[in-house]
Amino acid sequence: MNRRNSMRTAAAAAALAVAVAAGAQEPLKIGFVYVSPIGDAGWTYQHDLGRKEMEKALGAKVQTKVVDNVPEGADAERVIREFAASGNKVIFTTSFGYMNPTIKVATQFPAVTFEHATGYKTAKNVGIYNARFYEGRYLNGIIAGKMTKTNVAGYVAAFPIPEVVQGINAFEQGMRSVNPKAEVKVIWVNSWFDPGREREAANTLISQGADVLTHHTDSTAVVQAAEEKGKYAFGYHSDMSKYGPKAQLSATTHQWGAFYTRIANEVLAGTWKPVSVWGGLKDGMIKLGPINPAVPKDVVDLVQKAEKEIIAGTLHPFQGPIKDNAGKERVPAGKTMTDDEMQKMDFYVVGVQGSLPKN
Amino acid sequence: MDNLVPILAAAIAAGTPLVFAALGELVVEKAGVLNLGVEGMMLVGAIAGFATAATTGSLWLGALGGMAAGAAMAAIFAVLALNLMANQVASGLALTLFGVGLSAFVGKPYESVSLPKAGAVDLPLLSQIPFVGPVLFQQHFLVYASWLVFAGVSWFLYRSRAGLVLRAVGESPESAHAIGYPVIRIRWLAVLFGGALAGLGGAHLSEFYAPMWAEGMVAGRGWIALALVVFATWRPARVMMGAYLFGGVTIAQFFAQGAGVEITSQLLSALPYVVTIVVLVIISRNVDTIRLNSPVSLGRSYRPD
Repeated sequence: MNRRNSMRTAAAAAALAVAVAAGAQEPLKIGFVYVSPIGDAGWTYQHDLGRKEMEKALGAKVQTKVVDNVPEGADAERVIREFAASGNKVIFTTSFGYMNPTIKVATQFPAVTFEHATGYKTAKNVGIYNARFYEGRYLNGIIAGKMTKTNVAGYVAAFPIPEVVQGINAFEQGMRSVNPKAEVKVIWVNSWFDPGREREAANTLISQGADVLTHHTDSTAVVQAAEEKGKYAFGYHSDMSKYGPKAQLSATTHQWGAFYTRIANEVLAGTWKPVSVWGGLKDGMIKLGPINPAVPKDVVDLVQKAEKEIIAGTLHPFQGPIKDNAGKERVPAGKTMTDDEMQKMDFYVVGVQGSLPKN
Repeated sequence: MDNLVPILAAAIAAGTPLVFAALGELVVEKAGVLNLGVEGMMLVGAIAGFATAATTGSLWLGALGGMAAGAAMAAIFAVLALNLMANQVASGLALTLFGVGLSAFVGKPYESVSLPKAGAVDLPLLSQIPFVGPVLFQQHFLVYASWLVFAGVSWFLYRSRAGLVLRAVGESPESAHAIGYPVIRIRWLAVLFGGALAGLGGAHLSEFYAPMWAEGMVAGRGWIALALVVFATWRPARVMMGAYLFGGVTIAQFFAQGAGVEITSQLLSALPYVVTIVVLVIISRNVDTIRLNSPVSLGRSYRPD
């Protein structure tokens, strides 16, 4: 073999190696758009945990990119378009307000797969996903109903939209299932994120007799306030026990990892379809947080039994008869609310104090 | 009566960041400078105070750190608006935007940090007075500090010679310059003072009121402080009253919701803004006193030559 030949062979081999590597190893590029900083707990933090879980599960098959703290609106559209234009094949947009920008960019990039969280618009290349947060709330409610001494729970809520109302009602339903005297007081702070106001609302609820608190806002202020005043609380989005080791009895946590992994696998296999996913405990998208040792064994058993029943489909937080707090029957005995009805929920169940602000 | 105590006590705490920031801005505006960067200075003060307190373990040092950071932010504004004579409105807005971004950037590592617990400081004897004691005298130390600042600012502006000079600079920098006062230096000091107080207000939020650091946690309070100064027609006592009124209505509407009052929560949330502005406008509607109290040269650049 002369020298020239050997060089040619080597070059061919190298070219082949590069081609093979490119064919087999080209990772699926995936973009994530987050509405707030990732931080250390909360909505966006959970999505980022999910992303990392997916990366761990799929290894070199995927390559992810993140832009956090993207305001809903024109900025979101720019970020999503930039992701699509720079070769990402899957884009997860994780806030309700990204719905229209996602749809808009999706029509311009038909070869890219979009998944939008908490919205209601799908398209040929846009799927939507959300979690049945209310199932976790119901389980938290059972613990709250057993642990409260004053029979009053306090609920710091952001905006009166169905998703939040579902949580309040499911919590009360859970409490009432073990404690017929249980009441929920709600304070609306009209903001997803204002630690100062959330804390004031929590303190107000405590001074009005609530000894168990929970919240549907984005900070950890409520759990911290409960810890300081020696009351109980439930975390939301994330396990917040490090902010209230004594206060947090349990939490409703969001788990997106398995879902993200599944979507990436489907896209890799070419089997992805634009569907609407609303997963709960059964699908592993919602999990009950760790239960505080302060909760007695019989209560833990009760909660775990309810959890199994919800997963098995024999228990539903909104099965009839359900009356609203003005006494009107909303779900007749023997019936269960449909997904559609739940997504339009606009009343408080019996036991929730006050009246629901109209949107 | 018993219900009123926690409401009023919480109202004082909620109003205190506004007292600091608004009194600071009052002095700045009395010197004829309009600094719209209060929100940004508060945010930077909040993170600086929080970070200092978290690393040193001392809330006192944290408060000082917040003041220093607020003053440093104000110095940027002073260079732009006083020395380089950039437009004050634009410079102030830029300062706010800068503060929002800077605080978010610097604050990243502090998002889940917790601080040493800040207990309330009961003032001896005074805190034992029925009703008044638990409302006024069982607060965090910065609340007491805010009263000292209020007394100091009122005395300085209306009872001291230096205050008179400062007001003269705000009324007519030309005249003040003509009789030999260093207009730019006086305005510089006023701006630094305003920045330090805005920073302290921010530090109060992150160290005592919330207490935690979260991006954008000042949540518009800087703008409220600016509005308070105007609606209170540049008078310290009214600024203070407006701040507590705002805090009070904020807290009261939570209590109303918790008690199940049948008013939509969106309206209740708007109440603090509406009530504060309406009340201040009504008590300050006298056109002559407005003219008397508003600094004539507010927002105008001055070149001494």
